[in-house]
Amino acid sequence: MNVKLLYLLLTALFVGICWVFANTEIKTDSPPLVQREMEDTPFDKMMAVLTHKRCINCHPSDNYPRQGEDSHVHNFGVRRGEDNHGVAALRCESCHQHENNNFSGVPGAPEWSLAPKSMAWQGLTRVEIAKSMLNPENNGGRTLEETVHHLTEHELVLWAWEPGIDANGNPREKPPVPKDEYIKAVKAWAAAGAKIPNE
Amino acid sequence: MKIAFNINGQPQEVDVDGNTPLLWVVRDMLNLKGTKFGCGKAACGACTLHVDGEAIRSCSYAVKFAEGKNITTIEGLGTAEKLHPVQQAWMEEVVPQCGYCQPGFMMATAALLEKVPNPTDEDIDNNIVNVCRCATYYRMRKAIHRAAEINRSANSITQ
Ligand code: FES
Ligand code: FES
Repeated sequence: MNVKLLYLLLTALFVGICWVFANTEIKTDSPPLVQREMEDTPFDKMMAVLTHKRCINCHPSDNYPRQGEDSHVHNFGVRRGEDNHGVAALRCESCHQHENNNFSGVPGAPEWSLAPKSMAWQGLTRVEIAKSMLNPENNGGRTLEETVHHLTEHELVLWAWEPGIDANGNPREKPPVPKDEYIKAVKAWAAAGAKIPNE
Repeated sequence: MKIAFNINGQPQEVDVDGNTPLLWVVRDMLNLKGTKFGCGKAACGACTLHVDGEAIRSCSYAVKFAEGKNITTIEGLGTAEKLHPVQQAWMEEVVPQCGYCQPGFMMATAALLEKVPNPTDEDIDNNIVNVCRCATYYRMRKAIHRAAEINRSANSITQ
């Protein structure tokens, strides 16, 4: 057989096989993805914020704050300290004041500090975070109402939407849900019984 | 905006944009040049002074927050006649090289000794995180321990 003709036939066969595969629906046992709907539930909106670095950076599971968009360990060996405000002569407020500082790029808000260790969220799933948040043993003895208050009115939490600029003058990333939508979502989730989905 | 505070024991009032870094006010308006500018990003500690006894990086401290507070700079830490133990220890151990970073280190150390009178090496590592480009860290550590010792003997005399 002519070699050119052989190549032609093999190419046609390959294209044909690809077409068959591309048009075959691959069946699996997994449920279909419902990503879009998931993002719209109050729980999903709330958790999209709470798992964002603007929250997690100050809810570490060890004794070192995180910082930056890549959540690196805080520069200068900064530590939690006994009261979550740093150590004796290196307090959070040595550098962080009650508002962002646009000269230095140091962020600030009232009560700038780490969340207590019992409220460690870093490395937890959304469900684990939600369970911890509702557990009075972890959440500082807060009722649901008090937890909602913290999540929706605490200035330090709401700083996430006014995160200012970093040391290079670049704006910090805000959480993926606008503030008013997030607040509505937290309240709606709590009003509907603060249910935590099975994941 | 008018802002009033005490600095090195003296009442002072300045009329300035409240967001001006305290470091600018101290150096340029009050002409206290001992406090240094290193990075302007709260990263090096050269600008450390005390506000109500706490070590503060003044390049990142808006002067409006100083209203009604007590500020101490290196000029107010001690006097030539009565050196602060940190100053005495620094001289005994001949700590500075170029000297630029030293006021910040001394102010951070003075704040540490107020709270932790006998710091261990670990306490020093955790609390004194300023930057010295001449790498005088080794002599600094000795001087911090020495300052604690001077404090201890001064306290035992007064008791
Ligand atoms: S000049 Fe303030 S920390 Fe460097
Ligand atoms: S003595 Fe030169 S920078 Fe510290």
